[in-house]
Amino acid sequence: MNTILAQLLNGLDKGAAYALIALGLTLVFGTLGVVNFAHGALFMLGCFCAVAFRYLLTIETVSVDPTQLSPWGQPVQVRTPLVQDWLGDFGALMVDYSVPFSILLTVPVMLVIGIAMERGLIRHFYKRTHAEQILVTFGLAIVLGELVKSVFGPNPWPQPIPSDLRGAADIGIWLGMEPRSLTYPMWRVIYLLFSLAVIGGVFAFLRFTTFGMVVRAGMADREAVGLLGINIDRRFTVVFGLAAVVAGVAGAMYTPLLAPNYHIGMDFLVLSFVVVVVGGMGSLPGAVLAGFLLGILQSFASMTQIKTFLPGIDQVIVYLVAVVVLLVRPRGLLGRRGVMEG
Amino acid sequence: MFHLSRKDQVKLAIFALVVVTMPIWLAPLGAAYPGLMQKFAIYAIFAIGFNILFGLTGYLSFGHAAFLGVGSYTAVWSFKLLSMDILPALLFAVLVAGLFALVIGFFSLRRTGIYFSILTLAFAQMCYSLAYSVLTPITNGETGLLLARDDPRVIDAALGAGTVGGAGLPSPALLGNSVTGYFGFYICAALLILTFYISQKIFASPFGLALRGIKSNQTRMIYTGFNIRPYMLAAFVISGMFAGLAGGLLAVTDPIAGAERMRWTESGNIVLMTILGGVGTLIGPVIGAWVIKYFENIFSAINKNMLNATFDFLPDGMQNIAVTVLSKFVGEGWHLTLGLLFVLIVVFLPGGLVEGYLKLVARLRRGRGTKPEAGGK
Repeated sequence: MNTILAQLLNGLDKGAAYALIALGLTLVFGTLGVVNFAHGALFMLGCFCAVAFRYLLTIETVSVDPTQLSPWGQPVQVRTPLVQDWLGDFGALMVDYSVPFSILLTVPVMLVIGIAMERGLIRHFYKRTHAEQILVTFGLAIVLGELVKSVFGPNPWPQPIPSDLRGAADIGIWLGMEPRSLTYPMWRVIYLLFSLAVIGGVFAFLRFTTFGMVVRAGMADREAVGLLGINIDRRFTVVFGLAAVVAGVAGAMYTPLLAPNYHIGMDFLVLSFVVVVVGGMGSLPGAVLAGFLLGILQSFASMTQIKTFLPGIDQVIVYLVAVVVLLVRPRGLLGRRGVMEG
Repeated sequence: MFHLSRKDQVKLAIFALVVVTMPIWLAPLGAAYPGLMQKFAIYAIFAIGFNILFGLTGYLSFGHAAFLGVGSYTAVWSFKLLSMDILPALLFAVLVAGLFALVIGFFSLRRTGIYFSILTLAFAQMCYSLAYSVLTPITNGETGLLLARDDPRVIDAALGAGTVGGAGLPSPALLGNSVTGYFGFYICAALLILTFYISQKIFASPFGLALRGIKSNQTRMIYTGFNIRPYMLAAFVISGMFAGLAGGLLAVTDPIAGAERMRWTESGNIVLMTILGGVGTLIGPVIGAWVIKYFENIFSAINKNMLNATFDFLPDGMQNIAVTVLSKFVGEGWHLTLGLLFVLIVVFLPGGLVEGYLKLVARLRRGRGTKPEAGGK
């Protein structure tokens, strides 16, 4: 029972990342009709926002403290991050909590990048075929990856978990079980909750704001909304920025779980495309559902009991599901009839 | 059956001439060494095969690297188990890759458009992950499949033929002649000319016309009573077999096979080559493959010192700036150039270099055509 619960949790946090990326991907596809192969690169850029943020925070001053002596009799060099110098304890806290704080940097940066990308490149491809959209965004993904590589180098950049949030959360107690019967890394729980909040936020934004209402109307019938005198293009540009932000914060918060390098985006992209297709092209709830579902399936497939029974299943389960879904129900789990069916 | 139209005969003759004289005309470009020319020929074969699917039918496969990888593995296994001769190796590489293409194509072709792309991508990723993990006994995982001295090599043993290569590892051979250097290149070149010929035949055949019909209006093809499935499947299998041949040749020229050849970025590369040259044209994919392989080789060899030497004439500050900026694009950063090139081509020249050339020619013609007229008035 506990093993199953633990695997479920494992799947949920991986699924959370899939769901967040797939959500942005679907948002872009549903509004702009563009198949964005560069979306994984946006996730990667988000990761590196966190890296850059921490890098900036930890620029240090070195001062010599003559009152303390090292074992060799030399004065000790004290390294203090500049932020700590300026802001005192709050600065130290910021350095410790650099990953959550990096959201503050990630959101505006990703918004700008997303809007620039849409205005600069993607909008020229609305009328082109899907194949050409795939190709140009694939090229863009290579460019973004290589740019990051030339700045940050090819090696992964591990990010620390804030010291208070290390260790395991005793989830068993929350569920009314024996203490210590079910524990789970704290940061993964936080990631899961965070992603649920972001997903909820996006849905609420689309559901309850006028802006969101216009966007949903535009998704259903772009032309009619345009004829009402609404500048739908501008709204969709913002939606692209929003999708970039979602991918970015998903990446920034994921850095403590997996040290990012320049091709982390590519690795996630293929999977999240599969997620989108399984959920149904253009269906937001479908993307979220499929994200969690595939995450859970993948985590169950990597259980030893199942792996001995079906070797290699953990490597291919996601693709296998995608193939089956595409062949049996091409519009995906929650896709609307007629959207990209063929 | 072997007949070609006069125009195609001329094209084939010119193409063959260009390929065979490669060592001569590549020498001034600094690329006339056999290892690179072999790559030119091999990737041209791969691109020609990919073009038969993508160019003629418009189905964008994102998983063709899988067939390349399968071809490589099969060829190396043939070296290990049967014989060091390349004939069985290539034959099996083509057949096994064709078999894979038959299975993958059978399922993938049930869908069109982006779903087809994702299906092929999913299958290729499955092959890749399996080759890395569970299939390690067959693929030797991350190390890659290597030859060993004590491989059985049944046919060689039965014939009592000593393997070429002396005391070290045996090397691939064609009927007893070791396939290295220029001999290896000419084998690849001969196969390239053969594949070009086959592609010409397919382009000119009713089969090729049917495929183009499917590209331009699938629904209409179906309504005219065409059963498009077998045609599509045939195109898919043929292009898979070409990829297998290319993979086999990679193993022939360098007998090692690794899973990284199946990565989906490799599939992206072959799409890029085809697009860069010109989709749906006979010669375009070949040109694309050559341009990319050439620049990959040249660009990735450039380093900072060479740049410094080149920009020596500039004032110091400007030299530094120029070198710092340009060094991001060469050497390790060659992929950045490639990505930019890719974006630019898709944005400005969707028809590739061939279309660019045709446009240029048309413009020049028009320019020449109007001038005398104006003079006459």
